[in-house]
Amino acid sequence: MAFENMVAGAICGFAKLLTGVRAIWRGSQPEGRQRVYFANHRSHGDFVLIWASLPPSLRRITRPVAGADYWLATPLSRYIGVSVFRSVLIDRSAKASKEVSPIAQMSGALSQGDSLIIFPEGTRNLEDGLLPFKSGIYHLACANPEVEFIPVWIENVGRVMPKGAVIPVPLLCTLTFGSPMRIAAGEDKQAFLNRAREALSALSPAEE
Amino acid sequence: MTVKETLLLTLGAVFAVLVVASSIGLYLRLRLPAGYSSATIDNLNTRIKAWWWMIVLLGGALWLGKWGMIVLFSFISFQCLREFVSLTHTRRGDHQALVWSFFVFLPLQYALIAIDWYGLFSILIPVYAFLLLPIWEALGSDTTRFLERAAKVQWGLMICVYCLSHVPALLTLDIPGYGDRVLLLVVFLVLTVQSSDVFQYVWGKLLGKHKISVTISPSKTVEGLIGGVVTSTAVGAALWQLTPFAPWQAALIALCINIFGFFGGFVLSAIKRDRGVKDWGAMIEGHGGMLDRVDSISFSAPIFFHIVRYWWEP
Repeated sequence: MAFENMVAGAICGFAKLLTGVRAIWRGSQPEGRQRVYFANHRSHGDFVLIWASLPPSLRRITRPVAGADYWLATPLSRYIGVSVFRSVLIDRSAKASKEVSPIAQMSGALSQGDSLIIFPEGTRNLEDGLLPFKSGIYHLACANPEVEFIPVWIENVGRVMPKGAVIPVPLLCTLTFGSPMRIAAGEDKQAFLNRAREALSALSPAEE
Repeated sequence: MTVKETLLLTLGAVFAVLVVASSIGLYLRLRLPAGYSSATIDNLNTRIKAWWWMIVLLGGALWLGKWGMIVLFSFISFQCLREFVSLTHTRRGDHQALVWSFFVFLPLQYALIAIDWYGLFSILIPVYAFLLLPIWEALGSDTTRFLERAAKVQWGLMICVYCLSHVPALLTLDIPGYGDRVLLLVVFLVLTVQSSDVFQYVWGKLLGKHKISVTISPSKTVEGLIGGVVTSTAVGAALWQLTPFAPWQAALIALCINIFGFFGGFVLSAIKRDRGVKDWGAMIEGHGGMLDRVDSISFSAPIFFHIVRYWWEP
């Protein structure tokens, strides 16, 4: 694990150097509590930045949730995804999700005491604003009503390295961590999804 | 006196001023009753502390001469451009133009200054970047707010790279009988303009009542502006021995660059207000971002460069 920690440290250091990432904790603090961080998704670098902006003690107990097809594609990405970042890999094919439910996989990680990073839009959003949330976050919240859900707005990462770009532009990224939220008793699916989406978009800087 | 001796003497004087400033800051803090703290005094002290670092860095770069200045100002431009573009709305189609701005035009501008090619460094960004960048952006096939986006990238390059590069460009000037003392023109420019910022802050805090424009900056007052510009014009005049100017010329030039310096801060504040932020970044504690610190230099450096070039270079 020591070597993986060093690789992780190097990746985080590089990401910080490249993006000048600054974490703003608005409404929550970096604490050892069990949490699900949910963020807007613009690039593959997103979870690295969330990870890098957490204190090292929290990084070790925070696992990103990611698509298995992407991370298992090559030996290097498999090593980084599985060994370094300890991702919870979700098989997105329809057949697999009938066999092992993604929610059960994520709840499994939570029951081991880890925190999670999820992207409830379900895919990378290349436009401004937020896509509608997929229902996964609702089912995860229902299965784990005691866990804090923390919205994290990532600003600029998508512009550093947009889809298809080869050379990154060294912009400064900001991560805003919002107030924790939990599912209310009897809250229905759409109400919770809307509430979560609004909590996240409230953290984005005003657009003209 | 040789250039290095003059430089040491001037830096020594600046450090003496900083010692006095730090002592005043410490006195103000200790004078507060136990258990109290004042945001203004804390901010003053962090600003003074940052000044120590900034003067050490600038002094070190000046000591190393031309290459020290080129490296320092390339870094300052790079950081400013990062801050500028980070706060500006750009789209996917601008990526290529941004890559060229950061990795081609910025280094090329400073390389041209290093090899003293005035004919090209003075037009690289206003002519070549101005025409080439919108071509790449148009090739991105995204017409949403096209003119606005193209203009923003060009503006960022002008303010953060082109204008700021005129500080090390001072070293390319060839003034008869002045020789390698051109290095001291940098000292004159930076000390005059930055002291104007400091005195505007000090006079504003002491006497400021009438705000110049509430919508643009809550901290800029008429009293601060007049007090700051007058005081630092006196500073500029007092530095005439560093320069090839007569005392009255030094005073007039100082007045001119102080006024431009003030409006540099003013114009960039207007952009910040439009984007809904107070500072460009958080790099320099107490001051905000790099661009917050050099906005006045950016507006005054090209003017200063061309005044000297027109009247003092044969």
